[in-house]
Amino acid sequence: MFKAFRCIVMRDLTLAMRRRTDVLTTLFFFIIVVSLFPLGAGTEKMILQKIAPGVAWVAALLASMLALERLFASDFADGTLEQLLLTPQPLFVLVLGKIFAHWLLTGLPLVLIAPLVGLQYYLPGDAVVTMMLALLIGTPVLSLIGAIGAALTLGLRGGGILLSLLILPLYIPVMVYGAGVVSASAMGTDLQAYFSILSGFLILALVLSPIATAAALRISVE
Amino acid sequence: MVPFFGWLAAILMAGGLYWGFFETPDRLSDQKEYYRIIYIHVGAAWMSMWLYVVMAAWALAGLVFQTRLSFMIAKAVAPTGAIATFLALWTGAFWGKTSWGTWWDWDPRMTSELILLFLYMGYMALQSAIDDPRRADRAASLLALVGLVCVPIIFWSINCPDPNECAALHQTSNPGGGNMEPNILIAMLVTAFAFWMYSFAAILMRVRNIILERERHTTWVNELLEEKG
Repeated sequence: MFKAFRCIVMRDLTLAMRRRTDVLTTLFFFIIVVSLFPLGAGTEKMILQKIAPGVAWVAALLASMLALERLFASDFADGTLEQLLLTPQPLFVLVLGKIFAHWLLTGLPLVLIAPLVGLQYYLPGDAVVTMMLALLIGTPVLSLIGAIGAALTLGLRGGGILLSLLILPLYIPVMVYGAGVVSASAMGTDLQAYFSILSGFLILALVLSPIATAAALRISVE
Repeated sequence: MVPFFGWLAAILMAGGLYWGFFETPDRLSDQKEYYRIIYIHVGAAWMSMWLYVVMAAWALAGLVFQTRLSFMIAKAVAPTGAIATFLALWTGAFWGKTSWGTWWDWDPRMTSELILLFLYMGYMALQSAIDDPRRADRAASLLALVGLVCVPIIFWSINCPDPNECAALHQTSNPGGGNMEPNILIAMLVTAFAFWMYSFAAILMRVRNIILERERHTTWVNELLEEKG
């Protein structure tokens, strides 16, 4: 079973490396959105410090959502997805592999670029570290929940917008606590509760989401 | 059955509102007459949460037992639930403005009610986006179940562990906790029940339409149409 997981991850990473631009566009979208806000909201330091967590998280949400369509779409188009559904390996393992690869390509870069956001928004050092940690825990949850939506809207016209409509309400709790922990860190309050609940979301998503995604894939492909 | 529920809803609503307006005091602390909006607000809010659970239950039944009717009922419940949620939010805004001076507050219950509205919208959007009814039903049902996680959050968001962190407008959740004057309580329960009866009536009418629409190629429907002329 683990071999199947590794095989899927390797495959997806190899395919993505052949089209590096896909990965980079997500990252640059995040950077551009984050850079847009100061231009629109004014570059006053106090304001930017206040809105930094929210802006970073909203940008992460949007970037994650844009990247989600590619999760299953190309495999669906060339028939690989059907083959994956027919394998004797449990589907949720394969799905988990795809989501993991997807996160490595779209979520992890966001975590690594977070200090840039901190720089643009005058965030204190502690808050930047907290933001990286929060994104590290939160972006997998985004990928996991988003995978359910991607599987449900597979092949539909107007799929991208519909995906957003379906997924954003489910993202909201993650975002509330993810942004909250960064604000709390900037103010110096205790972070334990926030990280506990973010980790709780991650564990819940890790356990439930692959199964839901597998069920959604079976519905969408049959 | 529909007329039964329809009349029951109408009578209960009229009775509840009458009682609410004429038997209860004119002022409640300094909210003056505006608190009476509770009669619509609470009923709509309870219905919005209950109908989501009902919808998810029928979705689960459809997925497990593969019965078409379950999916049709779930599809019928969604618009009523969405309307109830919207009403709860809208009347809540009016109540907030008149009593506490603000249309909107972002407290946990209000925000999660808004999320519930988005969940209903998402369910209806997904159903209408997929052409094949079977696939549409099953996909939307899965979505409803995934969203079911949200409903307990609304229900228990009221009992926030740390009162300093939690916000303003919905403070405590004890309707009969002894603080409410009996007349108001009775009127509120009656109107909430009336909302429930209305939901029955509306949903049954809607599912009747859905059945007719989906089965329009069958003989029994054609015979029915011929009878009607």
